[in-house]
Amino acid sequence: MLKDITIGQYFPGKSVVHKLDPRFKIIITGIFIAMLFSADSFTALVVGIVFLIVSFLLSKIPFKLMLKSLKPIIPIIIFTSVLNIFFLDGVVLFKLGFLKVTYEGLRTSAFMIIRIIALIMGSSLLTYTTSPITLTDAIERLLSPLKKIKLPVHELAMMMTIALRFIPTLIEETDKIMSAQKARGADMESGSLLQRAKALTPILIPLFVSAFRRAEELAVAMECRCYQGGDGRTRLRQLKSTGGDYFALGLSIVFLDIVLLINCMTG
Amino acid sequence: MAVIKTENLTYTYSIGTPFEKTAVDSVNLDIEEGEFVGIIGHTGSGKSTLIQHLNGLVKPTSGKVIIDGDDIWSKDVKIRDIRFKVGLVFQYPEYQIFEETVYKDIAFGPKNMGLPDDEIDRRIRETAELVGLHKENLDKSPFELSGGQKRRVAIAGVMAMEPKVLILDEPTAGLDPKGRDKILGQIKEYQRQKKSTVLLVSHSMEDVAKFADKILVMNKARVFCYEDTPEVFKRAEELTEIGLAVPQITRVFNRLKQSGIDIRTDVYTTEFAKKTILEYLEKRGESHA
Repeated sequence: MLKDITIGQYFPGKSVVHKLDPRFKIIITGIFIAMLFSADSFTALVVGIVFLIVSFLLSKIPFKLMLKSLKPIIPIIIFTSVLNIFFLDGVVLFKLGFLKVTYEGLRTSAFMIIRIIALIMGSSLLTYTTSPITLTDAIERLLSPLKKIKLPVHELAMMMTIALRFIPTLIEETDKIMSAQKARGADMESGSLLQRAKALTPILIPLFVSAFRRAEELAVAMECRCYQGGDGRTRLRQLKSTGGDYFALGLSIVFLDIVLLINCMTG
Repeated sequence: MAVIKTENLTYTYSIGTPFEKTAVDSVNLDIEEGEFVGIIGHTGSGKSTLIQHLNGLVKPTSGKVIIDGDDIWSKDVKIRDIRFKVGLVFQYPEYQIFEETVYKDIAFGPKNMGLPDDEIDRRIRETAELVGLHKENLDKSPFELSGGQKRRVAIAGVMAMEPKVLILDEPTAGLDPKGRDKILGQIKEYQRQKKSTVLLVSHSMEDVAKFADKILVMNKARVFCYEDTPEVFKRAEELTEIGLAVPQITRVFNRLKQSGIDIRTDVYTTEFAKKTILEYLEKRGESHA
């Protein structure tokens, strides 16, 4: 059923990683990505991976879940590695018809695969350990300097929060409407592509109508509570950074430095 | 022959996860043709899940659903045909309306059945009249109508398929008392005209008491009892114990009995209450005299 889809893959827990200030987590993830992309030797890459493994172990997220996050990018991994293996020039190892496999090709594609996997796992770790709401909260705070150039940061964050909040509601609604139309004999499983697209009308129209209705109700409810945007607004959950947060940030910077150092030494 | 039969029907949500929950637990039912059955129970007692099994929207975890003698999940039964046989009106059905005109929206079901145009036209006009929609409303956009009118359009949309069994999940939720009685009366009228079987899920004991021949009480995913209406309300105490209210009038009679007045307690409609009181007074008058 539609209900089984999880959006925002937060995995509740009480680990050190969960407790980190989300603002720091976002910055650290950025630094981690910098590590991966600045590394130009396997040795340097290993440093980044050690950083990932340490954070992963600290987070106590089941390994199975991490593997699950890789599923959607398998096609990308296969595609890039195939391109790299076959189309890089260099020392030819062996030939398959008109295709030749080179040492450089294998090396680069292995490098790419590791890099992509680490990238996805690292960013999944962020979303696994931070609830979507705190995440948008943190993004709002991090972007708040941009208010000076008249960017509506609070409004954008509020829109994101509302959108996240209503995803499960809309999924449930879709489920209900689908059942109701099926009960009236709607056929969504057979027919040509055009017929199937047409069969979506009885679902999409009620869904739009109800989304608008909900938006209006929410707007009225917010106005009733005198909501008027971000100015002078206080928060229920105050983001407070502690020594631990700075320590984690410092650690990630040290790792980045090591990567850069290795780059200098090998390059 | 029973038009609806279930054998050990069981349905479990999210098997294998911490959220595993049995919503319907070994339900055995026999619903005869032409009956008006009320289904009552708490929120979360499995009523809604149960009725979604009856037209094949939900596949049971184990057990069988037999409609008109056919096991609906056997290979040679087309599930779509079952949905035309067992019409299901969901809660707040007005949220499923999507066509430009009321006429077209009611036509959606019959069209899916592949009926000829003149037959569809006949059915639309007939059901529209039955649920109290004016002719001039048929060409209007359903989104222009009031909430109660929209509800009628949605109910007519299922009725127009003329299903053998009509199931309604809380068709009167959110309507005013007048509109409630009207819609329920129209459903009863539909049942009388088409000789169909009607299953009515409701929270209101009064509604069920007034219209249902038999009552199915669900409690904690199981069938608590399935009996003729008077029999069910005789068990007022047990019903109260599982947290269901009996009709107000039944409560009045139970109190009378408790306070030592020798009066029957299987009273659940106002008319019958009047008759019972008059009878009692007459009897008492006689014994006094």
